[in-house]
Amino acid sequence: MGNRSRQSGGFLTGRTAEALCLAGPALLGLLLFVAAPFAIALILSLTNFRMGTPLETQFVGLEQYRRILGDEAFRRALLNNAVFALVVVPVQTGLALGLALLLNRQLRGRVLFRTLFFMPVVFPMALVAVVWQVLLAPGPDGLINSLMGILTFGAWTPRDFLRDPQFALPAIMLMSIWQGVGFQMVIMLAGRQAVPEHLYEAASVEGAGAWRQFLHVTLPGMKNTIFFVVVVTTILAFRLFDQVDILTQGGPRHATTTVMYEAVRATFAEARVARAAAMTVVFFLIVVGLALVQRRLMKEEREIT
Amino acid sequence: MKTGTASSRLALVASYAILLVCAALFFLPVAFMIVASFKPDDLVLGEAGTWRALVPTDASLSNYADVFERVNFARYFMNSVVITGAIVTAGLLVNSMVAYAFARMRWRGRKLLFGFVLALLILPFEAIAVPLFYQMIEFGWRNSYQVQIVPFIANAFSIYLFYSFFLQIPREMEEAAAIDGAGSWRTFFTLIVPLAKPAFATVAILSFLMHWGNYLWPLMVVDYETYRPLPVGLAEFQTLPPIQWGDIMAFGVMMVLPVLVVFLVFQKGFVRGVAASGMKH
Repeated sequence: MGNRSRQSGGFLTGRTAEALCLAGPALLGLLLFVAAPFAIALILSLTNFRMGTPLETQFVGLEQYRRILGDEAFRRALLNNAVFALVVVPVQTGLALGLALLLNRQLRGRVLFRTLFFMPVVFPMALVAVVWQVLLAPGPDGLINSLMGILTFGAWTPRDFLRDPQFALPAIMLMSIWQGVGFQMVIMLAGRQAVPEHLYEAASVEGAGAWRQFLHVTLPGMKNTIFFVVVVTTILAFRLFDQVDILTQGGPRHATTTVMYEAVRATFAEARVARAAAMTVVFFLIVVGLALVQRRLMKEEREIT
Repeated sequence: MKTGTASSRLALVASYAILLVCAALFFLPVAFMIVASFKPDDLVLGEAGTWRALVPTDASLSNYADVFERVNFARYFMNSVVITGAIVTAGLLVNSMVAYAFARMRWRGRKLLFGFVLALLILPFEAIAVPLFYQMIEFGWRNSYQVQIVPFIANAFSIYLFYSFFLQIPREMEEAAAIDGAGSWRTFFTLIVPLAKPAFATVAILSFLMHWGNYLWPLMVVDYETYRPLPVGLAEFQTLPPIQWGDIMAFGVMMVLPVLVVFLVFQKGFVRGVAASGMKH
C-alpha cells in the first residue's frame, strides 16, 4: 500500500504540464475576464479617465471616491440598496424558511406546491418587471390596487405605485421577493433535511412542543443555511439593477436608484468611466464586507459545535 | 398527523390554508400573463381590476402573430439559445477540466492557483461590468456573440461545485486506470466524466438559470437586434409604440415557456442543483 501511494505520488508530480493543459483554459478565462477587469477598475477609479475625450488622463488619487460619496444621487443609491436589503432580506428569508418548513411536512401535494413556489425563479427578471408593471397599473383598474381595495374593504386609495416616491421601491421589493423566494426555499428545504431526525425525537421525548423544537432544534441545526441565505440575499439586494432600469429608471426623484444603476448611468449617459469604476469598487467593498461577516458568524458557529 | 389529536389536525388544516393562499398569490402573476397573452390588447388593462383578469375574454392567437410581425422574435430567441448554449457547453468542459486538475492531480502552483479561484468566488459580475465593458471595446468585441459568451465561460463557482464533487469520487478507480497506462486526459474523459453526471447536470442547470435572463451585460454591449437576446428584446418591445399589452404578454409567454417546460421535465435536477448551491459552505 505504502509502495503504491509513493509510486502514484511521484507519477502525478511529473504531470505539471498535463495539469496546466487541463487547468489552462479556465484559469486564462478567469484571469482575463474577471481578475484583469477588477484590477482595471481599481486603477481607473484613481484617475479622471473618460471615454472619448481628448483630455489627458490623470492620476487623481481618491478624488472620485470623495466625489461619489458626496453625490446626492449616489448616496441615495446606497441608502436605497440598504433599505432594500433591510426589508427584503428578513422578509424573503423568513418566507423561504416558513415555506420550506411547511413543505418539509408529509403533506399531500407538496411537490405541486414546491413547483409553484419555485416557478418564478425560472422567470428572467426583465420579464418579471414587465408583468408586474401591468399588475401594478395605476387607478382602480390595476390588479394590485383592486386587490388592496378588496382586502381593506374599500379603504385603499389607488396609487400609481411606480411613479410614487413612497411606493416605487416597495413595489420593486415585492416583485423581487416573488421572483427570488423559491430559490431560497429550496436551499432552506435542503438545510432542514440535513438536520438529524433523532434530535427531534429526543426533543419530543423530553416533551418539547412544536415551537420549542423550532427554537432549540430547527434554528440551531439550520444556522449555517440561514446565514448563507441571508448573506446571498443581501448581496443580491446590492446587485439590484434590471427591475429599476426597466420600470423606473431610478426615479421618481432618485427614489429607486441603486449603486449599479448609478454606475451604468455614469458609464453611458456621461461616459465617466473612472467615476463608474469607483462606484463598482465601493459595491465590491460592501460585498466583501458582507462575506467577511458571514465567515465570522459561521466560524463562531463551528467553534460552538 | 397520524395521531389525529385535535391540535395536530388544526395544525394540518392551517398548513394547507397557508400553502394554498401562498400558492394562489404566487401563481397569480403567471396566470395573469398567460391569460392576458390571449386577450385583445385593450382588455388586458381594462379587465385587470376585476376577476375577469383571469378569464381569457375573446381569446385569440393574434397577439402571438403580432409579436412576430412587429419584432424579430425568432432572432432574439435564437440569439439567447446560441449565447446561453455556448456558455453552458463550453463552461462544462473547461470548468470541469480545471476542477479535476485541482481535485486530483498534484502539480506545482496548484495551491496558489486554487486560492486564486476561491478568491474570485465572492466577486459578483456587477463588480467588474464597467471595466469589462471598457476592455471589450478595446478588444473590438462590442456587438458580437463572443462578447456575450467568452467572458462567462470560466466560472469560479462552477469550478468549486465540480471540485467538491470530484473529491467524493473514490481514488482507487483512477489508480487502476493509471496502472493500465491511461493518461490524465483519458482518465478524465472516459472515467470521471461519466461518473460525475449529476455534477454536470447541476452546473448546467445553474449556469443556464444564471445566463438565460442576462439583461445588464447585453444592454451594455449590444446595440442592434442582430445580437440582441430575449430579455433586452423584451425591454425594447415594451416601449415600442403603440404599447400593446397583449402583444407584450405574448412575447413574455414565448420567452419563458421553453424554460418552464424544461424546468417541469427536469424539476428534480433543478431542485437538486439549487440545493447544492447552498451547500457550498
